[in-house]
Amino acid sequence: MDSNLFPEGTKRCGLAKFMLWMAFPAAILLWGVYAAGQIFYHGIGVTGLDNYFGFGLWITFDLAVIALGAGAFFTGFLKYILKIDQLKNIINLAVVLGFLCYSGAMLILTMDIGQPIRAWFGYWHPNVHSMLTEVIFCITCYCTVLIIEFIPLIFEQKQLNKIPFLHHFAHHLHVNMALFAGIGTFLSTFHQGSLGGMYGVMFGRPYAFREGFFIWPWTFFLFVLSAVGSGPVFTVLVCTLMEKMTGKKLVEYKVKALMGKIAGTMLCVYMFFKIIDTWAWATGYLPSIGLTFEQMFYGNVYGQWLLWTELVLCGIVPAIMLITPSIRNNPTLLYSAAILDCIGVTINRYVFTVQTIAIPVMPFDNWEIYAPNWAEWATTLMICAYGALVLSLCYRYQPMFPQELKLNKK
Amino acid sequence: MQQMEFDTKWTMVVDVDKCTGCGACMVSCQAENNIAPMKEGSNKLKTLTWMLVYELNNGKEFPNREVAYLPRPCMQCGHPACVPVCPVVATTKDEEGGIVSQIYPRCIGCRYCMAACPYHARYFGWLDPVWPGGMDKALSPSTSTRPRGVVEKCNFCHSRLLDARQRARAEGMDPNKLPDGWYQPACLESCPTGAISFGDAKNPEHKVHELIKNPNAFRILESIGMEPQVYYISRRDWVREQSDNVAPGSHAENHAAEGKH
Repeated sequence: MDSNLFPEGTKRCGLAKFMLWMAFPAAILLWGVYAAGQIFYHGIGVTGLDNYFGFGLWITFDLAVIALGAGAFFTGFLKYILKIDQLKNIINLAVVLGFLCYSGAMLILTMDIGQPIRAWFGYWHPNVHSMLTEVIFCITCYCTVLIIEFIPLIFEQKQLNKIPFLHHFAHHLHVNMALFAGIGTFLSTFHQGSLGGMYGVMFGRPYAFREGFFIWPWTFFLFVLSAVGSGPVFTVLVCTLMEKMTGKKLVEYKVKALMGKIAGTMLCVYMFFKIIDTWAWATGYLPSIGLTFEQMFYGNVYGQWLLWTELVLCGIVPAIMLITPSIRNNPTLLYSAAILDCIGVTINRYVFTVQTIAIPVMPFDNWEIYAPNWAEWATTLMICAYGALVLSLCYRYQPMFPQELKLNKK
Repeated sequence: MQQMEFDTKWTMVVDVDKCTGCGACMVSCQAENNIAPMKEGSNKLKTLTWMLVYELNNGKEFPNREVAYLPRPCMQCGHPACVPVCPVVATTKDEEGGIVSQIYPRCIGCRYCMAACPYHARYFGWLDPVWPGGMDKALSPSTSTRPRGVVEKCNFCHSRLLDARQRARAEGMDPNKLPDGWYQPACLESCPTGAISFGDAKNPEHKVHELIKNPNAFRILESIGMEPQVYYISRRDWVREQSDNVAPGSHAENHAAEGKH
């Protein structure tokens, strides 16, 4: 029925089957829209956030998807600036994922900030000393860059591309894509860093505070490294999930292994510095303000297991797996390493967001425990559902995967 | 960010040993600053308490157990953690006297300042403020109400500072050199035991100028270096010991031990 819209020469499932699948994410999306309606109507009081936990699931989710969405800028940088040509086979997916991650994060922020109508104050009354100001600048600008990178892909849709203006427009954007990739790299590197810097500058919060270089705390650099060490393999994981769901080969394994190698290399560099940073924090900084390493952890919810899982199981282990060719070239092991890597960066963003503010700094204060409620989960899952819907539409109607025809020849 | 210094330093000194934990300061703060009661106020992490009384204890069992009550307003830090992080300059420390301001019409409600403050002195308007019937008619005319979705906090009853300055001008005096007692926050006025003192710590004619030199005076979390403008006094060692983190084996403990010997 809609086969005229499919990418040239490709086969897709019937419209009814497609609609049946789309009903699942659509239902979750509607649930999220209902929760968002409650939040906008009644206020953020309907969530599980409180005066101790001003940041919670939403900010953790935002930081995690922004880190995992780093596949877009880093793959773009490697493809367009360093000219690693093989990556052209996965760059479209990386760009779409980046766009989804960033636009999803911004949608969450519209609910998370108490006065969304004032969001533009970040530009009108900027505080140049605040890392968050830099984040506001770069995220909004980079989201625009991602839209510019996404547009040619939309216009390359078979029917749209027949319109001469759209065809030429998309072509010229493609010609100049290196410029946008460069701008994107600059913007994204900075705000990945500033998100880390946001925590590192909080000198009243010993779990997060770090010394640093010039105006940037060490977390600035660690967040950049952890993002480029995990973003590329997140793209690989989504690609593989799409392959499993569609039953088609979309990107040749060589390219996935290359992405794994790139992420693994960056993850090794990250882990090297992260371990030094953690050591210096635990043995140098904490004792200097009268605290011990053990005092930073509490019970199971905020236990040390989180740190060791992040550093060892989801840090050192995937780093070694990804840089070892024999492991990387085994699909099961590559995907396992990729999953561990993504979990590791998510734990990192979680502890910096939630554990940082859960720790009682005043000696007579108590540990408090944060649990997100249904409204936060529904809106967070809404963004995941939005991603699934857009990716499904892109796969069905856009020429996302240049190798699809070649890899699926009967 | 550099620490800002002014000629006047509005300072609160709380004698913890005089505080009975009655909560009058909290109530008067709520009334003075038009803080709406919450419909469902059982979750104390969601209620708005610009002034909050903490209960401390000496960690011993009955009959050796002792308690103390510690009222905690905004510390109006000399080196605030909240001010530099605000992305929209909605909180500043730029006025003579050193009170950290909160500009409600500019706050976007990101709550970064709340995350940065280790004293939990900042609160967020989670829901629309609603006053029960008739109570809205008793709102204080000098304090602005806030919409939901912005951060709010103690400002040492700043409108009372403006009133005191106005009075000084009317009487031909320097509004930046107020006599002791002309400017008093609501919590001080309502304290039945006189546990709270307030004034300009840099003015030798003000009582707090001497009080902060008391050997039993301390500030909370001095090791972090936020330079609060709120001091506490207690003659009990175990209370003073809870003012800062001195973990076993830490550098701070070693320093403390050296100081004692």
